[in-house]
Amino acid sequence: MALNITANRADSTLLDLPWHEPLEEWDPALLAALPRGISRHVVRFVEVSGRVIAVKEIRGDIARREYDMLRQLRRLEMPCVKAYGVIDGRTTPDGRELDACLLTRHLQFSLPYRALFSQRLRPGTADKLLDALAVLLVRLHLAGFWWGDVSLSNALFRRDADAFSAYLVDAETGQLLPALSDGQREHDLDIARVNIAGELMDLEAGGVLEEGADPILISRRMVARYEQLWGELTEVERFETGDKWRVDERIRRLNQIGFDVDELAISTDLDGTTIQIQPKVVDAGHHSRRLMRLTGLDVEENQARRLLNDLDAYQAAVGRQNDSDEMVAHDWMREVYEPIAANIPRDLARKLEPAQVFHEVLEHRWYLSERHDMDVTTQWAFADYLAEVLPAKPDEQSVVGVDTVEMPVIALFDD
Amino acid sequence: MATVKYDNATRLYPGNDKPSVDALDIDIADGEFLVLVGPSGCGKSTSLRMLAGLEEVNGGRILIDDKDVTDLSPKDRDVAMVFQNYALYPHMSVADNMGFALKIAGIDKGEIRRRVEEAAKILDLEPYLERKPKALSGGQRQRVAMGRAIVREPKVFLMDEPLSNLDAKLRVQTRTQIASLQRRLGITTVYVTHDQVEAMTMGDRVAVLKDGILQQCDSPRRMYDHPNNVFVAGFIGSPAMNLFEVPVAEGGVKFGNGVHPVDRSVLGSTGNRITLGVRPEDLEVSGEDGLPINIDVVEELGADAYVYGSVAGTDPGDRPIIARVDGRRPPMKGDVIHVKPKADHVHLFDVETGLRLGD
Ligand SMILES: Nc1ncnc2c1ncn2[C@@H]1O[C@H](COP(=O)(O)OP(=O)(O)OP(=O)(O)O)[C@@H](O)[C@H]1O
Ligand SMILES: Nc1ncnc2c1ncn2[C@@H]1O[C@H](COP(=O)(O)OP(=O)(O)OP(=O)(O)O)[C@@H](O)[C@H]1O
Ligand SMILES: [Mg+2]
Ligand SMILES: [Mg+2]
Repeated sequence: MALNITANRADSTLLDLPWHEPLEEWDPALLAALPRGISRHVVRFVEVSGRVIAVKEIRGDIARREYDMLRQLRRLEMPCVKAYGVIDGRTTPDGRELDACLLTRHLQFSLPYRALFSQRLRPGTADKLLDALAVLLVRLHLAGFWWGDVSLSNALFRRDADAFSAYLVDAETGQLLPALSDGQREHDLDIARVNIAGELMDLEAGGVLEEGADPILISRRMVARYEQLWGELTEVERFETGDKWRVDERIRRLNQIGFDVDELAISTDLDGTTIQIQPKVVDAGHHSRRLMRLTGLDVEENQARRLLNDLDAYQAAVGRQNDSDEMVAHDWMREVYEPIAANIPRDLARKLEPAQVFHEVLEHRWYLSERHDMDVTTQWAFADYLAEVLPAKPDEQSVVGVDTVEMPVIALFDD
Repeated sequence: MATVKYDNATRLYPGNDKPSVDALDIDIADGEFLVLVGPSGCGKSTSLRMLAGLEEVNGGRILIDDKDVTDLSPKDRDVAMVFQNYALYPHMSVADNMGFALKIAGIDKGEIRRRVEEAAKILDLEPYLERKPKALSGGQRQRVAMGRAIVREPKVFLMDEPLSNLDAKLRVQTRTQIASLQRRLGITTVYVTHDQVEAMTMGDRVAVLKDGILQQCDSPRRMYDHPNNVFVAGFIGSPAMNLFEVPVAEGGVKFGNGVHPVDRSVLGSTGNRITLGVRPEDLEVSGEDGLPINIDVVEELGADAYVYGSVAGTDPGDRPIIARVDGRRPPMKGDVIHVKPKADHVHLFDVETGLRLGD
């Protein structure tokens, strides 16, 4: 059978990839080393015409079905990865048939949960991830999508100011129905509860779950959050035009369950005597959002500004203005930020948050450069800072709040 | 240990004018493996979901162990929808991979251990309980996933096309595994597939659905030998049964150049045409008195061969006529052979109603 390419934007450079080889055997030089979640199929990232594409090796009919499903979801404006194409009819040179490949665009700025847990997290991140997943699930259910395999692995997370937003990445088991019954929603929630608890127990077994975090409680909270949000979003709230305070009341309630309401759709009934409201979830924070999207770092607005400046300087210094921002940011994280954030000695870790340390190291580098009248490397500045500055600082843990002792950094990209 | 009863169960989706499942009546025995089969859209999944509590029942009832569960939520029915996409967690032992869902359900450690060990025994996984999934073969990993369902010890297992993600070879293997596992466990199981071969090889009984209506529910043998109507006759069996619309003649029905004898009492109850069904293996090569077949394709299978063709001198219809012939001396493409049904091996159906005539 001849190679058969279905792509929504045909790109001839796709043909240059070694489709006649099993994905597992592709030359690492072709691959972009980005983190992934748990999966049963082989998934790799490649760069095609400056874009990062995720390639999943999977049976042809399933690939096509998932491709169609992702496109339908996009049309419904659901947050999910963008389908890019299906490659079918693959055979090895000696005639062995290979599974098809589903191609999706790498979701820019997204992080799989396992990568998030390998970073030094601010407390409560697990909960925030699950809040995001609850929002995603509510949105999908409202659109009539019965997911069937709700899990952390099957979602991607994008920083969203103080929160995350979740994107669907694996639509393999999903069905679009005119509407879901309560039983069907409950079924998805059951699966979610078990999968999420399993995934968190796995992190726990791997020693990267925040100490004291209870997988079962967290997964239950996700369901509770879903139910609450489902109620808020589906309960028809109508009131007389005189009761406009109920708009604020609705927003307050949404705030209470963790959502900043940036936009509220308000409509009146035909006769104009009643009002109906529908909130949308948005958040603020220009710099922190950009930095979060690029690096997944969860830092304050001014820290973010500082880090972004350094990232820009790095991009200029290594001459990579034409590379995609997220690739550069990924490298900057590995080469510049992580060596600092991950190497703060445990006994000093209670002093400051890592991003704050990073900020101070940059300050310290400037100070050292001035004093020595020469450019000082960040590594040197960090070493000097650890030796001379940080030990003298007071513990700021209590300032930040209780329960801020965070887990040690352990990389977890072992699949 | 449980019986299941669909009692006139009906599901009408909002906005549809016809029920997707229409007055379904099935009694499923304790420990039975029942397969729901039918073409796409016939209502198989809906029927299963009604039993699972995922779909509202608009009329009739669902009973589990004689208890009316029609209005119970999925959780309260003690049924387990077996899921094909179980993930395995790399840092957890095989035992934990099998048992963690019980922990979530609040079952105590000792009980979890007991169930996991029991499942491991059935699945031949005992020596691997403390290992990580990475150290297992593909087949063993799949059994661990099955173990996750087994340890729940539900009253009823529900499976909706659980093999649809597997390639053809693995599907056949897993099919056998599931069937034998079910028999060992003795847990009542309702299984949905669109594949009649799968249905016939796995089920104790098979229920054929079409347009939301139950056509027949019988053992695979009975279903094969005694289809209740022309739809079931054409749906069950591979290759499919040949169906001919033939005129009634003196003492029987006209078949090719001859007459196939049919009991007078059967002919009396119908019009002047009749649908005659005969399976490929029940056609035999005959003299000139049979039906002349123009052979288009010969499929050799060793001892047997199947020939596919059309009635000589007519337009080939959309379904070829299929006959099983001796594989040692098969005819060739382009040949004309004559065939007629073996005595007592025809199925007769009313042309209008499609219902079986006679026995
Ligand atoms: N477009 C994408 N952008 C970013 N990451 C992606 C993309 N597609 C896949 N991934 C990563 O690859 C992982 C596996 O993908 P996916 O869940 O589709 O595989 P799978 O084999 O179908 O999984 P499962 O075992 O759940 O069926 C995801 O968790 C995600 O981290
Ligand atoms: N949520 C729904 N709303 C409206 N109609 C539905 C809904 N779900 C299913 N149907 C319709 O009900 C009928 C039966 O669907 P069902 O999914 O049970 O069929 P099936 O036999 O399982 O088919 P398949 O093999 O394609 O899965 C179909 O006509 C389908 O379009
Ligand atoms: Mg997945
Ligand atoms: Mg999948």
